[in-house]
Amino acid sequence: MNWAAVQAIYVTEMHRFFRTLAQSFVSPVISTSLYFVVFGAAIGSRIQEVEGVSYGSFIVPGLVMLSVITQSISNASFGIYFPKFIGTIYELLSAPVNFLEIVLGFVGAAATKSLFIGLVILATSTLFVDIEIQHPIAMLAFLVLTCLSFALLGFIIGIWAGNFEQLQLVPLLIITPLIFLGGSFYSISMLPAIWQKIALFNPVVYLISGFRWSFFGIADVPIGISLLAIAGFTGLCLAAIWWIFRTGWRIRS
Amino acid sequence: MTAIVEIRNLRKTYAGGFEALKGVSLKIEEGEILALLGPNGAGKTTLISTICGITNPGGGSVTVNGHDVVADYRNARRVIGLVPQEINLEPFTKVIDTVKFSRGLFGKPRDDAYIEKILRQLSLWDKKDSRSMELSGGMKRRVLIAKALAHEPRVLFLDEPTAGVDVELRKDMWEIVAELKANGVTIILTTHYIEEAEAIADRVGVISKGELLLIEEKDALMARFGQKHLQIDLQDPTSEIPKSLSDYDLTLSDDGGCLQYNYDTRGERTGITQLLNDIAAAGLVLRDLRTEESSLEEIFVSLVREEVA
Repeated sequence: MNWAAVQAIYVTEMHRFFRTLAQSFVSPVISTSLYFVVFGAAIGSRIQEVEGVSYGSFIVPGLVMLSVITQSISNASFGIYFPKFIGTIYELLSAPVNFLEIVLGFVGAAATKSLFIGLVILATSTLFVDIEIQHPIAMLAFLVLTCLSFALLGFIIGIWAGNFEQLQLVPLLIITPLIFLGGSFYSISMLPAIWQKIALFNPVVYLISGFRWSFFGIADVPIGISLLAIAGFTGLCLAAIWWIFRTGWRIRS
Repeated sequence: MTAIVEIRNLRKTYAGGFEALKGVSLKIEEGEILALLGPNGAGKTTLISTICGITNPGGGSVTVNGHDVVADYRNARRVIGLVPQEINLEPFTKVIDTVKFSRGLFGKPRDDAYIEKILRQLSLWDKKDSRSMELSGGMKRRVLIAKALAHEPRVLFLDEPTAGVDVELRKDMWEIVAELKANGVTIILTTHYIEEAEAIADRVGVISKGELLLIEEKDALMARFGQKHLQIDLQDPTSEIPKSLSDYDLTLSDDGGCLQYNYDTRGERTGITQLLNDIAAAGLVLRDLRTEESSLEEIFVSLVREEVA
């Protein structure tokens, strides 16, 4: 393993994050506060409790997941797309590094950034509602795995994208709807029976359900299934990236 | 000398069907400066990109320092530095950070003293904390060289290093290349400035349409193809070449004040002594004499023309 290369990529990517530290933190704090105002105050006054948990607290895991998933994708996709766009990718392609080292550097940095942001959102939430975390280790594990797996997906999107519009396309058209329909702000059990079945095809349901379980001990799907789903998703992304670097798809002519 | 880069029957056809390399074979000796000359689209950049790992080869093989660039890419790439044709730098990164990044990427441990040495060598030390976007085009090119040298490569590829830079910077670049050669670095540069190859290369390769037309010692190439011209300035202009000189390959300038004698350096006898005697016998008085060699440009143009024909 070329650990020096992993470190070089990771440190450079984190530099970019620290250059825009204020934006990186202020933006999620403000948007989280807005969600609490809109969902917590407006809707929360009509829905008192969900499965024994106050609505304000119930949406916290969903809010954290919403930000963590979108941030992981955008950080990682931008991280690899930018060198492609400005041409500095030549250096990565001509360096003695394999796909795993490049992925560890870029995806590791993107996941670290979104993990920070997830924790900031969690901290912000405590200003609005009382939070209890029944399974803190499981909570952290879910958070880290989600950051990693969606950063992997973001990395693939960044390699696939041929322009900035395409970079936004998948997150806007596919990921955001999946997150909103994945039970961020409600329990799947609140849906009509047919939609409950359809929702099970949404992979994000399993993530949010597992994450929420680590907070309140309640879940839409069994925790084991949630873990399997995220592990499977991570494996799928890794396989796709391995194939990309093996064939040079979209990066090597 | 031993070959540090060996290219055997290298082929590359792009997805659109364009055949950029048609079986190029070439050995590059350790410590030499090889200039690859060719018109735009000849395959120079594809050749370099394939050796460095940016482009996948379509056939054939390349070894660098004995390591195959595909099967054993780690060991091959560790000794290669690449300065690309385009100025590709992240605009917001400081000079020193981007150079340190390059060193790390190639697996070398941190060495601040070495980074300082190359930045000073390239007159970049004063700019080490400047962001790339704040630098002039010439300085950016130096940063690219510093990045390529950051991991102490033994082979340096310079893809059109002086394309679009002013004369002064071009001369600076040649000095840098000479210093690198003195430090034992093997240098392969592509250029379509013949003057550049003529000024700094040990050997010259000519590529056209994906084929290596020739590869030869620069001086030998000049001698082999070298036509020389003897310019004979006359004291008094003449209206025509005297009949007694009609056996010589002579041309008269429009103003009648200068005769040009074309001769081949490959010939055993150049005929100059006899010509000067015959000129004197014809009653012409000489004012000045000078000789000119054919430039690589003329050689190159004639080679490419032969190829087209």
